[in-house]
Amino acid sequence: MIQSLESIIKKHPFFSDMPEKHLDFIAGCAKNVAFPELYTIFQEGDPANEFYFIREGLVSVELVVPTRGPTTIQTVSEGEILGWSWVSPPYRWHFGARTLQRTRALVFDAKCLRMKCDEDHDLGYELLSRFMSVVSARLDATRLQLLDIYGRHN
Amino acid sequence: MGAIIEADIAGRVVTDPMVPELFRIERLKRETEDTFTLELVPVEESTKISFLPGQFNMLYVFGVGEVAISISSDPGQTSRLEHTTRRVGVVTKAMGLLKTGDTIGVRGPFGTHWPVGEEDGRDFVVVAGGIGLAPLRPVLYHLMAQRERYRNIVLLYGARSPEEILYKRELERWRGKFDLEVQVTVDRGASGWRGNVGVVTPLVARAPFNPSNTVALVCGPEIMMRFAAMELQKRGVPPERTYLSMERNMKCALGYCGHCQYGPTFVCRDGPVFRLDRIASIFGKGEI
Amino acid sequence: MTPKAPARDGHVLLDPSQIDLLIHVLLRRDYEVIGPTVRDGAIVYDRLSSVDDLPKGTTEEQEGGKYRLKPRNDSALFGYTVGPHSWKKFLFPAITQLWKAQRTNGHFQILPADAKSPQFAFLGVRACELHAIAIQDRVFLEGPYVDPNYESRRKGIFLVAVNCTKAGGTCFCDSMGTGPKVGPGYDISLTEVLQESEHFFVAHCGTKKGAEILAEILAKPAGKAEVALADAAVEECARHMGRSLQTSGLKELLYRNTESPRWDSVVARCLSCANCTTVCPTCFCSTVEDLTDLTGQEAVRVRKWDSCFVTDFSYIHGGSVRATIRSKFRQWMMHKLAYWIDQFGTSGCVGCGRCITWCPVGIDITEEARAIGDAESSVNASV
Repeated sequence: MIQSLESIIKKHPFFSDMPEKHLDFIAGCAKNVAFPELYTIFQEGDPANEFYFIREGLVSVELVVPTRGPTTIQTVSEGEILGWSWVSPPYRWHFGARTLQRTRALVFDAKCLRMKCDEDHDLGYELLSRFMSVVSARLDATRLQLLDIYGRHN
Repeated sequence: MGAIIEADIAGRVVTDPMVPELFRIERLKRETEDTFTLELVPVEESTKISFLPGQFNMLYVFGVGEVAISISSDPGQTSRLEHTTRRVGVVTKAMGLLKTGDTIGVRGPFGTHWPVGEEDGRDFVVVAGGIGLAPLRPVLYHLMAQRERYRNIVLLYGARSPEEILYKRELERWRGKFDLEVQVTVDRGASGWRGNVGVVTPLVARAPFNPSNTVALVCGPEIMMRFAAMELQKRGVPPERTYLSMERNMKCALGYCGHCQYGPTFVCRDGPVFRLDRIASIFGKGEI
Repeated sequence: MTPKAPARDGHVLLDPSQIDLLIHVLLRRDYEVIGPTVRDGAIVYDRLSSVDDLPKGTTEEQEGGKYRLKPRNDSALFGYTVGPHSWKKFLFPAITQLWKAQRTNGHFQILPADAKSPQFAFLGVRACELHAIAIQDRVFLEGPYVDPNYESRRKGIFLVAVNCTKAGGTCFCDSMGTGPKVGPGYDISLTEVLQESEHFFVAHCGTKKGAEILAEILAKPAGKAEVALADAAVEECARHMGRSLQTSGLKELLYRNTESPRWDSVVARCLSCANCTTVCPTCFCSTVEDLTDLTGQEAVRVRKWDSCFVTDFSYIHGGSVRATIRSKFRQWMMHKLAYWIDQFGTSGCVGCGRCITWCPVGIDITEEARAIGDAESSVNASV
């Protein structure tokens, strides 16, 4: 069953409870997109003018580490948001993103949303407070990862 | 395993419960760089192995000492015992140097068990971190053996890295079943790893189970269990249906050396499996 | 004419020479008689061979961190309270070999240790100590596993209890409901009475065995007046306790205050020396050591007393769950006064005061409990 963009967005917990008019605008900035496996969505340093909502598949968030090559820090999958570098200057990606499987997503025109947020602070608040939760959850997970709890000297 | 096992845990035991029974090592299998599995058979051939998933034995290495290790074999298997352990201390390091045919002492089984037998019709979500998969393996065998009694079964397993994933062959076999959802993640990836990277706790948010009808079983480092319990609660799985396996220093496993005390409980006797609501006031409290 | 055995609920009279006779009768029956005796400046429990081994005319002065023997101006045989030893020294010895094992190549055999234990007669068990023995019985005999070492030592004990007629400086059995009058569990109880030139004991028999022994030492029935004097002495003792502990609501108070600032203040004094757990008559923690001989072919398993204050007591791969003195002191006190109730149905404390006397810095469990209650009240008042 092909769902409309609007219905996908409205159903997802990340966007739900947003006032209707904001949801409509956001849906207007969104597009469906599909990537094959092992496809580079963006690279570290690229301009960050979009963010993604993963509908299906698996994406590796990675850094290129000298002598180690591209190293996956975390993976993002179905139902998760990818990318918040669009929020603050210099609006460049801090990490790269590459698909590990065929992936379907919604891509949001962040440049357009940024401009609209400047005008409409209510929309700005709604969006940024939700991104704050995403970043916070990601940070919690990262901190747990850092603790290396399964490690040799537990 | 003789009189000690046959006696009802609530009943009284007459033989000396500090004397081990003798078992022979049939195989010592290296699982990862610091983890190995012992396959044990009783020296006394007529002995029948009997335990409930979640219970543990005290394993004795001659002249070195004893250590509490969860049983990780199939509870339906009555002739063999399996224990998976990390080489972390004096006893487990000595244990890792033993050979096939060597004798090892076994006391047990001790402790409480995962809730099996009373949860028909429920979804089961099993969250395992690192070596925490070992005490959960028996319950997974049970769930698979009695599959028709339960609804959705989900296993979420987090390991340190792809090389440290336990029971790889078994996991691949389970993942291939249509009626079992297996999701594996690693804290750090490796070249060639195309699976999830990240801690196991965020997987709880997306796993396919119905929180209002789910029993959650969690085992791993205490901090991982804390975060997993939070995620489960966020999704609506109540503490009355969340079970954890706690670990404490043990010297006797009989409730009188005092080492395993955890608040008012003895982990060897009131645990290691605890229902979360019963320890809610002390779980996560520092240095209790 | 053979004297009639006294009725089970009758009181009888003994004089000091009959106490000597009591000891000899028990020795003749192959009991190892254990009782109080003076050694190294303290009254300890050890083997007795006659009444002369008892601390006649001796008493002690006890306070927080202080214990001194002092002479009395009479010849009382039991004119003191309790010292650093408790009866757990004999029922639950500090070191016990559990079994031996013999190795050949990769195989080994286990040879159970002989659980042959001596038959004890305890002379001079105080009311608080009777409770302490019952408390340890609950741990070692009434759980899902019975400790055969404790069981074999406990069985067949002949117990002579003594009612305290002088309260110690750190005693608080009265507020704990554990004394000074002895409760059930004795074969014979004694109350010493010294009145001007008179010196006698009012004895009460608690069991058939007790009755037999009393008959053998030719006890005479006691008169009402003598019994009244004995009772009065014990009642007087109850009014002179050195300390008191408010037990009602104490468990709940401690559960509510696991993060009380008082735990931080006790840390400035506690040395984590484990004296308190060593002298406590109810502490039961132990450790197990597996040792080999030099050839590595023979191994033994030994059980030893342990303490929650010992550094690695709560060690699990990588570190201790309770690493700070704060958490260890809190564990000791909460176990004794709160967790114990949930585990075994009674408080773990019998009010003997030993932990106060033998703490080198005089930490007082009754004072700490009161302070935690006060700290909570002052927080509530300011809210």
